[in-house]
Amino acid sequence: MIRRIETLHTMATTSAAPARRVGRRHPLATTALLVVGLLATGGAYALATTTATADTRAASAQLIEDGGKLFAANCASCHGINAEGTAAGPTLIGAGALAVDFQVGTGRMPMAASGPQAEIKPVQFTQEQIDAMAAWVADLAPGPAVPASRYIAGDGDTAIGAELFRINCAMCHNVAGAGGALTEGKWAPGLAGVDPVHVYGAMVTGPQNMPVFSDLNLTPQEKNDIITYLKYVDENPSVGGWDLGSLGPVSEGLFIWIFGLGALVGVTIWLTAKSN
Amino acid sequence: MAEAHDGVDSGETAGKAVAQQDDHSTPAPPVAVARLDRIENPGFPPERLRVTDLDPKKEKQAERAISALFFLSIVGSVLAVAAYILFPIDPLDPGSIRLNNMFLGIGLTLALLGVGIGAVHWSKALMHGHEQVEMRHPTRGVDETRERAVEIFSEANAESGFTRRRLVRNSLIGAIIATPIPAIALFRDLAPAEDPVALLKYTMWEAGTRLARDPSGTPIKASEVTIGSVFHVIPEGLAELESHRLEEKAKAAVLLMRLPVDALNETEDRASWSYDGIVAYSKICTHVGCPVALYEQQTHHLLCPCHQSQFDVANHCKVIFGPAARPLPQLPITVDEEGYLVAQSDFTEPVGPSFWERAL
Repeated sequence: MIRRIETLHTMATTSAAPARRVGRRHPLATTALLVVGLLATGGAYALATTTATADTRAASAQLIEDGGKLFAANCASCHGINAEGTAAGPTLIGAGALAVDFQVGTGRMPMAASGPQAEIKPVQFTQEQIDAMAAWVADLAPGPAVPASRYIAGDGDTAIGAELFRINCAMCHNVAGAGGALTEGKWAPGLAGVDPVHVYGAMVTGPQNMPVFSDLNLTPQEKNDIITYLKYVDENPSVGGWDLGSLGPVSEGLFIWIFGLGALVGVTIWLTAKSN
Repeated sequence: MAEAHDGVDSGETAGKAVAQQDDHSTPAPPVAVARLDRIENPGFPPERLRVTDLDPKKEKQAERAISALFFLSIVGSVLAVAAYILFPIDPLDPGSIRLNNMFLGIGLTLALLGVGIGAVHWSKALMHGHEQVEMRHPTRGVDETRERAVEIFSEANAESGFTRRRLVRNSLIGAIIATPIPAIALFRDLAPAEDPVALLKYTMWEAGTRLARDPSGTPIKASEVTIGSVFHVIPEGLAELESHRLEEKAKAAVLLMRLPVDALNETEDRASWSYDGIVAYSKICTHVGCPVALYEQQTHHLLCPCHQSQFDVANHCKVIFGPAARPLPQLPITVDEEGYLVAQSDFTEPVGPSFWERAL
């Protein structure tokens, strides 16, 4: 470092013209090289892996076999080696691919601890692995399948979806999908940011204590409308401003009692307090 | 400031008075001992002047602050008008309400609070602030005034004859008591005129009415109801009603559920009210009337969200928790020849909460 400075100094003082950088790299050359290298390796990796996910949704025999192995390793201890069920977990024969996609895709399964309700946890499997397990369960017996993408696109009628949501869903999940409490430790989770395929899956399979809303009760188009409504709630800020978690009188009451009344009491004290 | 030492003075004089009274008989006992412990009137604390009185710079600052608040109020008023014009509410876009409301509110808040806080601060910090003592005059009137007042009353009594003419007086009192009585009858009439038993016992359900989905009104086939399903049901024809649709829905709303047949514990007389594990119950809570629709599929409990009454669907919705007094009324259902679910009859008891005339 010091030698470089001396060299510059001698170069500057020995010639009258300004010193030209001879053979010296541009200061940002290292950074540029790193960036190019990262882009090259990252790009190559992305190119190499995109092709691998092209056809994992097809229920090939290989997929079912992989799913069986994954099931045996992760799920059979509670659900039985052939998914026939044990004292610790119900049978999955007839549960269908959609149930697996929902339960494993939202992280509820594998269940970490028994209790009134399985919690949402970080998802433990890649989507390919989930699809493999789903294919294996679907192969056991006919059951609900993952819906066509046009039913989870969220391009339906928001108003009809809102009315259906209000009638069928809002009593447990809250009118804005903020979630709600049930009895004895169970709850209906909030629906903000939930993947449409999981919303559809929950409606069709009726996980845990949620009732079943089969395609004969709410048609796939109506389910798409409900997904559209949930997308609308997610994307549009609340018209009333700060929605305080959409919990209605509970959070609003807390806010007014603490901040509103607190401010009023403060103002009352200030009004009659002697000036400084 | 004479009042400041009033307690001590009167104590001393009282002590002297007692001592003087006892002087002519026996030497006075030391009665003044208790009085030495008497709490002395501390008087007023020394007057604290405000910073605006002591420091002319602070006074200037306070002046500037107050006028700034008033200017802020003017800005707020202008902002409110500008917001109203710049952020109009578009009937097709609910989101436009938010900005309009917020800035209008901010403007008005600044306008009003600016004036209010400025005025209060002006009076507290700048206006005359020295302490004064305002002497309280005694409230008891002069004796002559009091006697004259009593005289006036007796003169008025004599002139009107109120005490003397008993018939007139008693009939007046009777009339005053009787006058508000029609109000009771009028206010009573604000309640519904119909017989509540008839109003609440008879709903739109009849023998043969098909169960239909809410809100579309499409009838439901028994084969469409899978185990663990919940259908929100209205009578067929309610969706097309021209008038009183909400009143009828408020009585006729029904929740349809399917349980495995072996999970249902049915009594003998109601075994025919369900169909192959499909049961229908009134959605109106028997506590205060909220719709009970929080169905837990595995435990087959129904929860009412308002006061947390729980009903057990496997046992004819009997109450297992909470303030509800009676189980939810069951709608007897069966299947018609095309496979659609139909009601066998209306509810056999009034739906919803208890009321005075309801036969228990």
